Amino acid sequence: MSESEQPRRPIECGVPDPKQYMHPLMVKNYGSWDWHERPRPGVLHHTAKSGDEIWTVRAGTQRQMDLTTIRKLCDIADEYSDGHFRFTTRSNIEYPLSSEDKVQPLIDKLTEEGFPVGGTGNSVSMISHTQGWLHCDIPGTDASGVVKSLMDKMHAEFIKEEMPNRVRITTSCCQVNCGGQGDIAINVQYTKPPRINHDMVSNVCERPAVVARCPVAAIRPAMVNGKPSLEVDEKKCVCCGACYPPCPPMQINGADSTKIAIWVGGKHSNARSKPTFHKLVVANLPNNPPRWPEVEEIVMKILYAYKDNAKDWERMGEWIERIGWPRFFELTDLAFTKHHLDTWTGARHTMNASTHIHF
Amino acid sequence: MAENSNNIGGADSSGAQAARSASWSAIMIGGMKKGSDMAESENTKIHPTPNLDQLEDGPWPSFVTGLKRLRDAKDQQYAPMMNDLMGQLEHSYDKRLGFWKGGTVSVFGYGGGIIPRFSEVADLFPASKEFHTLRVMPPAGNHYDSTVMRQICDIWERHGSGLIAFHGQTGNIMFQGATTENTQKAFDELNEIGFDLGGAGPCLRTAMSCVGAARCEMSNFDEQRALRGIINEYLDEIHRPALPYKIKFKFSGCPNDCVNSIQRADFAVIGTWRDDMKVNQEEVKAYVDRVGRKYMIDSVISMCPTRALSLNDDDTLEVDNKSCVRCMHCLNVMPKALSPGDDKGVSILIGGKRALKVGDLMGTLVIPFMKLDTDEDHEKLVEFAGEIIDFFAENALEHERVGETIDRIGLPAFLDAVGLDPDPNMVNHPRTSCYVRTDDFTEEADKYFERKKAEEDSETVAAE
Repeated sequence: MSESEQPRRPIECGVPDPKQYMHPLMVKNYGSWDWHERPRPGVLHHTAKSGDEIWTVRAGTQRQMDLTTIRKLCDIADEYSDGHFRFTTRSNIEYPLSSEDKVQPLIDKLTEEGFPVGGTGNSVSMISHTQGWLHCDIPGTDASGVVKSLMDKMHAEFIKEEMPNRVRITTSCCQVNCGGQGDIAINVQYTKPPRINHDMVSNVCERPAVVARCPVAAIRPAMVNGKPSLEVDEKKCVCCGACYPPCPPMQINGADSTKIAIWVGGKHSNARSKPTFHKLVVANLPNNPPRWPEVEEIVMKILYAYKDNAKDWERMGEWIERIGWPRFFELTDLAFTKHHLDTWTGARHTMNASTHIHF
Repeated sequence: MAENSNNIGGADSSGAQAARSASWSAIMIGGMKKGSDMAESENTKIHPTPNLDQLEDGPWPSFVTGLKRLRDAKDQQYAPMMNDLMGQLEHSYDKRLGFWKGGTVSVFGYGGGIIPRFSEVADLFPASKEFHTLRVMPPAGNHYDSTVMRQICDIWERHGSGLIAFHGQTGNIMFQGATTENTQKAFDELNEIGFDLGGAGPCLRTAMSCVGAARCEMSNFDEQRALRGIINEYLDEIHRPALPYKIKFKFSGCPNDCVNSIQRADFAVIGTWRDDMKVNQEEVKAYVDRVGRKYMIDSVISMCPTRALSLNDDDTLEVDNKSCVRCMHCLNVMPKALSPGDDKGVSILIGGKRALKVGDLMGTLVIPFMKLDTDEDHEKLVEFAGEIIDFFAENALEHERVGETIDRIGLPAFLDAVGLDPDPNMVNHPRTSCYVRTDDFTEEADKYFERKKAEEDSETVAAE
């Protein structure tokens, strides 16, 4: 091999220094900010200890962006924010502005280009979500489509700050739950054990690793049709799908058996109460593209029950903690079933060991 | 957008779409049967997308409209790929199933960072049969300028699909859709402008930090320095996966934990302070004046989780700082009146993760407070991160997260292994189970008092 054909060795440069891209006012006042206010939804106004001020306009994006969209966002940055911008963890874009008089023109421009301005304060921010059918190898649904459908419905709550506290929603296309915890989480929930293609298992799967992956020890090695394969004790199986990634012949998804469940009350902030995980409220909703109307309906019902009934600054979970689960199920017209009773390790700690009862 | 005679999606009524969709399927299947040369010419036709088309309506920006722009960019190398990608995605919407499988693709010199995707329906959609993702680490805090972003776009225009996600759930820039051959080309060019691959597989993963010190008065440390300090020290663990499973680091400037580190990171670094919070009493009065006493009492005073707040008769605020747990609620509601103290630092929690396989785990507080001001402080943090990675590498079972390892061996054994001492801040309450052997309790108690004395002595020295 001649020298010119040698493959290029990577430069292990790691995480880039953000200061080379940061707005100069942020570099100058790094670590020395004093206070902030929100003059209107979608706008933050920060004042530094030096007296410098910076305005931030936040707008929603589709996260999965084509080059035209990204270049358009760059054009807007060049025109309004000296070329600078950043993304929030929920894929909103933020433009830093050095003077207040640029705020309204930028809002107008973003609105005109179809990027909703909002997502600040006590709003419903963009849904954090996963890859789905577009790119994942194990997805039960298409997060981008679910999110687009829901954000269309919740657009009015994104551009306002009229919720009791912030609402952070997530979606996940399988039970791995890459979308994370949320005030409301819309997650795939499988309902049937995996269907095994026994002809492929021994070629594709490292069987002991698959056996070890099962959280309820329901998988064991077996000879099927004279070939080494795996079998599932379907009475034990909790249909979690954990065996599917290491062993694709154990297909967990089915056009009709892959369902959607909704969970509420997850919270990552330490504000007031400690962080909490989200809790199941409804399962077995149909996985119904392209608009998932059954999911939309219930999410909106939960969202407005919260908006109409929670006190200021209560997060979803804190509101339910106050009013009690019976009232929550009543207000949302949802059923409480045996499946809401946790059966996993530590389940007893989730039960009511008192006479504190909501009537 | 130029009108394309083959584009039978768009604004047609859904009934017409359905009918045409059916006939189009027949054409496609017929075409495929005639052999691969036929598939080649069919390939130039645009797949109908009646399901996806319905995701173009509504006020939220549509990813489908973006995909179509890429598909219709006839002079770009990615147009055929994106046509077939849309065909496959529509196929998924129709069948309600995914059609990607993994494989092995990497760039020269690295073992991870690429998510390989091969289509299982490549016979129907050949141009997108290889559609790999490059996970690339963003600048800490996700800051960009238009110059570097345009460079990124140009590179991805030449070698990729034209589709990028800002950002994936772990925090990577997701360059979605490169052929095996172009994966290396795209990486080489991105690497030349200062970007590097993130983690994928059983390894150290890409980290995430909030905006923090760059634009937030609640920030209690230099999040971006801490992130880069740790990640850039242990890049080998990112680029050459050799750990039992994934390990994630996240950095939040204050207990609001905007990057969700307690629930999602094996190693959560969260800013806090240990002296008194700062109160601007004039601003407190102004706030009470604006919102009213009832609102102030209901929404600030009564919501304090440790009853550390009291409203004085003159509308100033009394704070019992010894009871305050830095939950952030009152600071969030009154950011002009209340601020973090001066003695800032970080808390560290270990072991957060989602369900697989023992169930959800929050991170457990293992370091209640450490300073993070000087170079030495930062070195100490990097060292401790290394300690945790080593512990994980040596003790975790295959496919076990560090939180699960801790559950398996118990927190005392973990603390012992990484050189930490027990602290009452680590628990909600002491144990309730009597099944424990306590014959060395007295020696352990003596150690506790010795540690307390040493801490007090060092604080006295520092104060002098």
